[in-house]
Amino acid sequence: MKYMLMIYAASDQQATCTVEDWIAHEKEMRDAGVLVSGHSLADLVTATTVQVGQDGRRTVTDGPFAETREVLGGYEVIDVPDLDAALEWAAKCPGSRDGGAVVVRPIAEF
Amino acid sequence: MNVEQVFREERGRLLATLVKRFGDLDLAEEVTSDAIEAALRHWPVDGVPDRPGAWLLTTARRKAVDRLRRDQAYAARLALLQVEVDRADPPATDALPDERLELFFTCAHPALAAEDRGALVLRCLAGFTTPEVARAYLVPVTTMQQRIVRAKKKISQARIPFRVPDPHELPERLPGVLQAVYSIFTEGYAAQRTDLADEAIRLARILRSLMPGEREVTGLLALMLLVHARRDARAELLEDQDRTLWDQDMIAEGSALTELALTGGHGPYGVQAAINALHDQAEDFTSTDWPQIVALYDVLDGLAPSPVVALNRAAAVAMRDGPEAGLALLDELAGEPRLRDYHPFRAARADLLHRLGRSEEAAQAYREAIALAGTESEQDFLRRRLSVVEGRS
Repeated sequence: MKYMLMIYAASDQQATCTVEDWIAHEKEMRDAGVLVSGHSLADLVTATTVQVGQDGRRTVTDGPFAETREVLGGYEVIDVPDLDAALEWAAKCPGSRDGGAVVVRPIAEF
Repeated sequence: MNVEQVFREERGRLLATLVKRFGDLDLAEEVTSDAIEAALRHWPVDGVPDRPGAWLLTTARRKAVDRLRRDQAYAARLALLQVEVDRADPPATDALPDERLELFFTCAHPALAAEDRGALVLRCLAGFTTPEVARAYLVPVTTMQQRIVRAKKKISQARIPFRVPDPHELPERLPGVLQAVYSIFTEGYAAQRTDLADEAIRLARILRSLMPGEREVTGLLALMLLVHARRDARAELLEDQDRTLWDQDMIAEGSALTELALTGGHGPYGVQAAINALHDQAEDFTSTDWPQIVALYDVLDGLAPSPVVALNRAAAVAMRDGPEAGLALLDELAGEPRLRDYHPFRAARADLLHRLGRSEEAAQAYREAIALAGTESEQDFLRRRLSVVEGRS
């Protein structure tokens, strides 16, 4: 079963985890054979939103900008047997510390 | 015990076994009901089979195969299961394997909304129907139906596992299960439903038989027994209760369990049980061992600090050292946001003011408590106290 771990960083808090923590975390997931894919996202100010209206016209806007305290900073997709295993990996993710949060969502199966 | 009650006992066990086999709560619930319906139809006519447990399990399995043949799309998702169902041999002994502990941990999983966990435990382990669960939580049946459907959907789609957590996970996971059972008890008390409180005690007994070594399971059972022992007298405040109405057997059982729960360590349920044991064993209100109760509240405050614990501690201090001492502690708590709308806080204050002869202030505090009280019986009770203070009775 695949789960996406959406990593939200608290914008107002200085992270104490280091680049090494993230590298170690990624290595642990790879060694366990659970990591499907994962990326961190560039700063939110670089985000662009696209919407296509009913008339087919395309609207491109700058943003969105953080309206909430927490900003999506990256994601990991993992393949594990069940939710408990996914929660275990979420708790190991450095992004779950320092006021950050990891939201775990199953990937829909059709 | 009538036939339905016997099945209520068996239902949770059968359901747990089937969830384990099928890995699907919906299917397991459906065929559990089918099997029990079949038993209710056949057994009165054909007699109870030699191995009733095996009969129920075999019947439920056959119903599952039928169901999967009918619904191909569903079956595809559970393809592996079908093979397993067809191949599985009937159990060698009559006793169904007891997999209810797994079911407890699934129903009380932290990924489910706290308010839904007790409801699922009542439904899956106590054998309540959805309307019965709705009545227990004082919500409309349709609301409860939606809540249960949503929770079951999460269990199946997010794949909340059906497993007992590893020992290192237990400290994190067991309190959720205990809280779910205790919430059924407190819900029963708020609604004056002794049958719900009985049900919570029954669930705690099952849980204890499954985890005899867990002190907090024992502590929870002890706590509920020691509180429930006073059920016939509970219309009055503890100090006014007719202690001859208390259930001595329950007090004896609860006290013995409390000792077990506090041997070699202690947790919040065990400590609360000890506090209630002291109340239950006291000859009367004033001769209660108040110094010991205050000491236990100090321990509890260290384990699970909360404004409500502080409130109860203040009331005990008032008994140990006099109402001024208690009132001083209550005034320190007055700024606590969680107590602002909590009517027992106002009532406790009113009570101490009354004991100090400050009747005007006491009456005002009772009026505040009445305005905040949730149920009519609570309001009635407080109005009676108010009329005493106002010298009207």
